[in-house]
Amino acid sequence: MANFNLNINGKEYTVEVDPSTPILWVLRDHLQLFGTKYGCGIAQCGSCTIHLGGIAMRSCILPVSQVGSQPVTTIEGLSENGDHPLQEAWLAHDVPQCGYCQSGQIMNAAALLSANPKPSDEEIESAMHGNICRCGTYTRIKAAIKTASASK
Amino acid sequence: MSIIKTAVGRRSFLKSTTLTGGGMMLGFSWLASCQSKSEEEIMAMPKEWFEINSYLKIGDNGVVTIYTPNPEFGQNVRTSMPMLIAEELDVDWKRVIVEQAPYHPENFGFQFTGGSRGIMSRWEPLRMAGASARHMLREAAAQLWQVPVDEITTDGGLLHHVATGKTAGYGEFASAAANIPVPEEVKLKDVKDFKIIGKSQKNVDGKAIVKGDPLFGFDYHKEGMLIAMIEHPPAFGMTLKSIDDSAAKAMPGIRDVIAIKSYQDDFEKGGFDANAFPEIVAIVGNSTWEVMQAKKQLRIEWKEIESHTETINGFRGKETKNIPAGLESSADHRAQMQEVAGRHGKIVRKDGDPETAFRHAAKIIERSYSAPFLAHNSMEPLNAFAHVDGDKVHIAAAIQIPSLIIPAIASGLGIPPENIEMEIPRMGGGFGRKAYAHYVVEAALISQRVNAPVKLVYTREDDMTNGIYRPTYHATYRAALDENNNMIAFHVKAGGIPESPLFANRFPAGAIQNYLAEEWSIDSNISIGAFRAPRSNFMAGAEQSFLDEVAEAAGKDPIQFRLDMLKQAQENPVGERNDYDAERYAGVLELVREKSAWGQNQANVHRGVSAYFCHNTYAAHVLDLIMEAGKPVVQNVCCAIDCGIVVNPDAAINMTEGAITDGIGNAFYGELTFKDGVPEKKNFDKYRIIRMAEAPKNIDVHFVQNEINPTGMGEPPFPPIFGAIANAMYKATGERQYHQPFLGSKEVLG
Repeated sequence: MANFNLNINGKEYTVEVDPSTPILWVLRDHLQLFGTKYGCGIAQCGSCTIHLGGIAMRSCILPVSQVGSQPVTTIEGLSENGDHPLQEAWLAHDVPQCGYCQSGQIMNAAALLSANPKPSDEEIESAMHGNICRCGTYTRIKAAIKTASASK
Repeated sequence: MSIIKTAVGRRSFLKSTTLTGGGMMLGFSWLASCQSKSEEEIMAMPKEWFEINSYLKIGDNGVVTIYTPNPEFGQNVRTSMPMLIAEELDVDWKRVIVEQAPYHPENFGFQFTGGSRGIMSRWEPLRMAGASARHMLREAAAQLWQVPVDEITTDGGLLHHVATGKTAGYGEFASAAANIPVPEEVKLKDVKDFKIIGKSQKNVDGKAIVKGDPLFGFDYHKEGMLIAMIEHPPAFGMTLKSIDDSAAKAMPGIRDVIAIKSYQDDFEKGGFDANAFPEIVAIVGNSTWEVMQAKKQLRIEWKEIESHTETINGFRGKETKNIPAGLESSADHRAQMQEVAGRHGKIVRKDGDPETAFRHAAKIIERSYSAPFLAHNSMEPLNAFAHVDGDKVHIAAAIQIPSLIIPAIASGLGIPPENIEMEIPRMGGGFGRKAYAHYVVEAALISQRVNAPVKLVYTREDDMTNGIYRPTYHATYRAALDENNNMIAFHVKAGGIPESPLFANRFPAGAIQNYLAEEWSIDSNISIGAFRAPRSNFMAGAEQSFLDEVAEAAGKDPIQFRLDMLKQAQENPVGERNDYDAERYAGVLELVREKSAWGQNQANVHRGVSAYFCHNTYAAHVLDLIMEAGKPVVQNVCCAIDCGIVVNPDAAINMTEGAITDGIGNAFYGELTFKDGVPEKKNFDKYRIIRMAEAPKNIDVHFVQNEINPTGMGEPPFPPIFGAIANAMYKATGERQYHQPFLGSKEVLG
């Protein structure tokens, strides 16, 4: 067990956990931030996507000991009032079915648009390849990303 | 206008003691906190609520809370069911708050998610709940205003009496309405008068989902709760022998390791108590990561099971199943199916004289199809919260059919069913898997043993390898053509491990003079159950691929070929038990033919058509495929659906898009194989799920417009897409697809 000082969504937290603990479980079990989802535990589904220093990361395989002072952003901190252009586009397209993967989809898409504000269809498909939606809402996810991209 | 007696389910309209005005039901606070409300909405919260019936309460300011009865797993019933109530209540949809009802069958009837029967079964009862509340409001206004109730009209949450010019909001009469007797009968609106039904309404949970609010079972949290995981046998055909828990118990944060026996010896299993691993090991600790690590330190000896029988008392009455001993492998399954498929099956239906017709055929086409076991792989792995506190039980579980797991929980705990309370948080997918809720029993038993609130979570590997899988299936079709290429006989022989997928009375039964349907099955110890459109999800693809091939052999257009058969079934049906309406079936084919501009072929675009009827809804697809460097790319799917009245059109389109994408994914890649009883895929690195680049580039959904009572949307568009993709792949490559998965790990065809 060790103490870790974390900057999550602009707030400072201190947690005492085993250094190998993935940040996913720190968020969910210790900080009760449940928006970041567990889907596979091996970085294959993207449900647990967060931003570490602005880069999309799979939180299920990222040990807390490797976070350091880099700021962490989760879905809860993506925007103040759930009004990030992607969140608004998601609502406009009424994307979710079960909804479980969607916070990871949105976080991954947000990192994409930060790096590439006007992605092509192929670039969207390539960037979103690591995010599974078992309900199959891909056509709407893509449309929502394009809408958010156009609104910027 | 239809007048409906409220006697059916009227009890649920009676004001209940558990839902008193202003009060919240036990356990509601957590779900209520998940509601995303804008500041304006919070500002507009009423000072006092008045319960009109168990489904709704009205605030003194006219805001309406609707308790939605059925579990939500992505089919959007949390929006569409309240729409039914709001329509007949005649209230402004913007002033409706939706809350999830807890499990409470006296108040909320049969609360379930499955069989695409949610909206169909709730169509009248929920509208009656709204209509009876509206009547009570009008009655209250009539009494105060001293005018005949028939002269009181409503409009968007307002009561009017035109002659005297009086107008009031529902909120002003909510208190008085709560004391009006529930009417004996109510009038329901004509379809043409609908203001909410038939208009696309956004998902009521959309905002909460995109903000990451804790909606799901996996997100359930209670102060002081422990985390539990289970270790089940590594192979089907095995069970617990002994545990060495010393290393695991010594790991940090671990509270206990216990053996769990999920069913008492005298417990009579119901149809949804399927569970291959009733004796397992549970490990309980403070946090998920600690339990995950300690789980790896469990040293467990497993042993092979003995052959036995299991009696299930389900919807179809009592059935006894043979559970063989042994460690099964997919290679053996395939050989067994080949062998049994070559013998006579059990004849389920026979029309005319198929043997003679086949003997006199000018041409016989015979083809066999197969498909593997499939895992459901809901994105949210199985989980359940349970707190057994003395003889009181509190459950919060992502579960499709709460009522059907109550007997097993009660029996396992030795606590009466009436002491079990259950919340129904949102499910992160289910696809049938979460109808088999052994994990809820496990959570309850663990909580009782450790005497603490417990959340049981399955890892992805636990979820994938402790499946209630879609069975592996096999079907052989034969068609006889005469010298004029008329189909004169049709024969289907279908089976599987461990169940047959056959529907003997579905199309093309009824459309052919000489028809034979046989089935068979092979026992197995691998647990199986419902998977999005059970059995149909295989039969549709096989049958629709076969009909495509027969149409081609007969030199006929594949849509016209099907329409000609349906015409026969409509005008001169063969047999009396044909489970479809040939006119509606033809209707979706005609609509998809028109909307897809069938017959106008584009260069390098390969089209496949398929249609199917299951779960009370008709669906037809035309799929356009192009080949890019040997890879099949689905450019477009044009779909026609007849589900009667479409309650929430955009949500129904979303369901259809999802079913099409899911179906293409399973047709291309879906497969779970076994080696010596061990599932050979445990996570998404090996189990391939369709991803964005592989999904259709466009999906175009059309509904048949009619005023027939609505039927289901979760399943029906799924089965036929398997046939559409197979038929398009044939056009693209010249090779027919007989065995799923069509691509598997192959990236390119040919």
